[in-house]
Amino acid sequence: MEFFRIRRDIPFMRHALTFNVISLLTFLLAVFFLFSRGLHLSVEFTGGTLIELNYPQAANLEKVRDALGTAGYTDLSVQNFGSSQDVLIRLPLKAEQNTAKIGEAVMQALAVEAPGATLRRVEFVGPQVGKELAENGALALLLVVIGIVVYLAFRFEWRFSVSAIIANLHDVVIILGFFAFFQWEFSLSVLAAVLAVLGYSVNESVVVFDRVRETFKKARGLTTPQVLDHAITSTISRTIITHASTQMMVLSMLLFGGETLYYFALALTIGICFGIYSSVLVASPLVMWLGVSREQFVKPKRQIEGANADGAVV
Amino acid sequence: MNRYPLWKYVTVVLALLFGLVYTLPNFFGESPAVQVSSAKATLKIDDKTRERVALALQTGGITDSGIFLDSNGVKVRLPTTDAQLQAKDLLERQFNPDPADPQYVVALNLLSSSPRWLTSLHALPMYLGLDLRGGVHFLLQVDMRGALTKRLDAISGDLRSLLRDKAVRHAGITREGEHIVIRFRDGETRNKARVVLEDNQSDLLLADQGEGDDLKLIATLKPEAIKRIQEFAIKQNTTTLHNRINELGVAEPVIAQQGADRIVVQLPGVQDTAKAKDILGRTATLEIRMVDDTPGALEAAQAGQTPFGSELYVERGALPLLVKKQVVLTGDRLTDAQPGFDNQTHEPAVHLTLDSAGARIFKDVTRDNVGKRMAIVLVEKGKGEVITAPVIRAEIGGGRVQISGRMSTMEANDTALLLRAGSLAAPMEIIEERTIGPSLGAENIRKGFLSTMWGFAAIAVFMIAYYVLFGLVSVIALASNLLFLVALLSLLQATLTLPGIAAIALALGMAIDANVLINERIREELRNGSTPQAAIHTGYERAFGTILDSNITTLIAGIALLIFGSGPVRGFAVVHCLGILTSLFSAVVVSRALINLIYGRRRKVKSLAIGQVWKPAGAGSATAR
Repeated sequence: MEFFRIRRDIPFMRHALTFNVISLLTFLLAVFFLFSRGLHLSVEFTGGTLIELNYPQAANLEKVRDALGTAGYTDLSVQNFGSSQDVLIRLPLKAEQNTAKIGEAVMQALAVEAPGATLRRVEFVGPQVGKELAENGALALLLVVIGIVVYLAFRFEWRFSVSAIIANLHDVVIILGFFAFFQWEFSLSVLAAVLAVLGYSVNESVVVFDRVRETFKKARGLTTPQVLDHAITSTISRTIITHASTQMMVLSMLLFGGETLYYFALALTIGICFGIYSSVLVASPLVMWLGVSREQFVKPKRQIEGANADGAVV
Repeated sequence: MNRYPLWKYVTVVLALLFGLVYTLPNFFGESPAVQVSSAKATLKIDDKTRERVALALQTGGITDSGIFLDSNGVKVRLPTTDAQLQAKDLLERQFNPDPADPQYVVALNLLSSSPRWLTSLHALPMYLGLDLRGGVHFLLQVDMRGALTKRLDAISGDLRSLLRDKAVRHAGITREGEHIVIRFRDGETRNKARVVLEDNQSDLLLADQGEGDDLKLIATLKPEAIKRIQEFAIKQNTTTLHNRINELGVAEPVIAQQGADRIVVQLPGVQDTAKAKDILGRTATLEIRMVDDTPGALEAAQAGQTPFGSELYVERGALPLLVKKQVVLTGDRLTDAQPGFDNQTHEPAVHLTLDSAGARIFKDVTRDNVGKRMAIVLVEKGKGEVITAPVIRAEIGGGRVQISGRMSTMEANDTALLLRAGSLAAPMEIIEERTIGPSLGAENIRKGFLSTMWGFAAIAVFMIAYYVLFGLVSVIALASNLLFLVALLSLLQATLTLPGIAAIALALGMAIDANVLINERIREELRNGSTPQAAIHTGYERAFGTILDSNITTLIAGIALLIFGSGPVRGFAVVHCLGILTSLFSAVVVSRALINLIYGRRRKVKSLAIGQVWKPAGAGSATAR
């Protein structure tokens, strides 16, 4: 089998501006939704209590809500979790609350109106933990960004590292934008997925840049856009096959992983799709506009001090 | 050119063998067991205990399938869960005849059923996290400010007696926030006090304040003293938690310090969360203070006029009691508390043992206060409760104290337990809690397993269809990657969580990238007219640089997660990082070894089974222009 039968280099760079405008628009849209709707943060970040119940038959959410309402709980959310038998209850953080007993208290409240439930999981997170998690998440993101920029600058050139990180941060913002727009729950595992995506889609840029460097060294007389076109074209089959393989794994998680892994897999899916796009069609034009050229890779022979005309030294 | 030296093949074979051996225990499953361990530091578990267990089971008519002794205690493997419960009850009765004072922890456990030769190689099944096996997880925050103010209160008490001993007349000692303020009427006394304090209290920083006849000496704790107090507080609390959890009979509790002021408690398999929380939640601290028996003061306090420096309490039994705020002794001076009987009256009593500093203070206080009452106050969440308020009959030296009078045997037991377990150095509160039911854990394992399996199957089918023999080799390399990863996780006994399983799946999905890179590169070389052998050689060589770069960037992200992540993120990060490392080896070395084995020995290779390689008409490429 051979999916990719490309005769000539595809002139990606001719449409560079279009791609970047599309990117910029998606990016701005994502930022807009992030600000207008905000992320639906999970209990891990906001603090609060999460209770998962399982009923032997389909659960009556109205009754659960009523029972908890009469028991004096306010601002709560009750919803199905995965199946109609599983119920997820979220309770906000309260100052005067005996956190240690909340699981039992809820079960007691439910015993009259909606009996038959078994307690599957209780999660309580205090306010200080949530704040710390958010801070640590931001720090982790920062460390990844710095680490990648430094590594790529060291291995390639600063132009490459800057464009790679811009292209991939734009992926991260777009994932966050999706989560904000659909109000999907943003949990710690989604954060892990986002950071993994950042590392993963930088891969893409690295593979393309590797080719760019190689082509610059090997082929003379090509203009920079031509070099980039060639590099992208010759790696495009690998890019798509790799991503398809990874996506198969992620899809399997999406289908079989259950509710807990669902949003994790979803974040990865968005990340993978936009990862291809951004690292190929956004990062490369950025490199071009930042002024990459052949001279940066083909180093002139260094003159050694004291060498004679033949360049020999003893 | 495509031949590996023998040592490389040997390395690959050894690595695979290692992977196989350490992955193996995960397939044997677990069998029910009962574990007997010591509930006291002084009690050692040795071969004698093992014999005792064996004898007890024999007389009880329970057949076991093996008794072992390890660092955790004696473990008995049993054929069925019914036998497990019977054995637990039997051993509980045998080893803890007095349930009020347990000497041993008898707990239900699960033991790996892998053969003994594997266990002796330290090949154990992966250590499953709470979300996979069910149980309770708590994160407790130690109130360091509370620990410091408590210490400062104790120090102000010390200062009072110190200045009195040295006959320095002060006009009052109070604690204001995190300072101790000592007032003086004239500068000379203040200077004298300063000398005394500097000689005796090396933990304090002293500063002058005030003028005229309202002179003050402000004492604050030195930073290193603060650090020491905080370290001590968290250590003491961890020990206390250990003691309390021993009462629960949990097989493998995890009680560990996290950061400067937090303690993680994980109780796998515990389902009675209410009891667990109840025992952990008893964030009690113990204080010994004097009862204020100034005539009329109690009546005044009951009328709402509590005298300065005293607090109104209700003794157990509803008798009102006025207790001085000044703390004589705190729970951390207490080394032991045991229920027993008074030697002369044969009344139930509690025997306390104090450490040497505590014994000295206690001697002084009792000498000065014969005939007066002292109160033992248990402070829970900022609220105090007087457990008992005995009368001091004589000076008590030597640090051995007996509390008796108006107590039943049961009360003596309770008090002893509270005193023993209740001495937390600083208050704590639960700031994070997770309870996971066992059925949910099993379901999580199944889901994680299914996702990995189907994802792997899909990738395998696709790779073989697309790259034929090279695809098969890639799939074998991927399978060996899975093998290495599981083996490493088993060997390191890193905690596997559901996000960890997701990371295994993702590691496989990402690891295939390396093989795709290699295979695509070989096809490209072939397209450009290289001979098959040269194509393999250059393909692997050229791809390696790219693979390294891309894996390092992914590793950077993984390490950042490892540093800053906690809980589920950390579980993900550990596996993610390990997965990247193993994939480098398997995708490059293992797959190359296989390819070399297949093609390297042949003299003439006409074509490679790498699927169809399409060549554009008028071959050549852009670079050849």
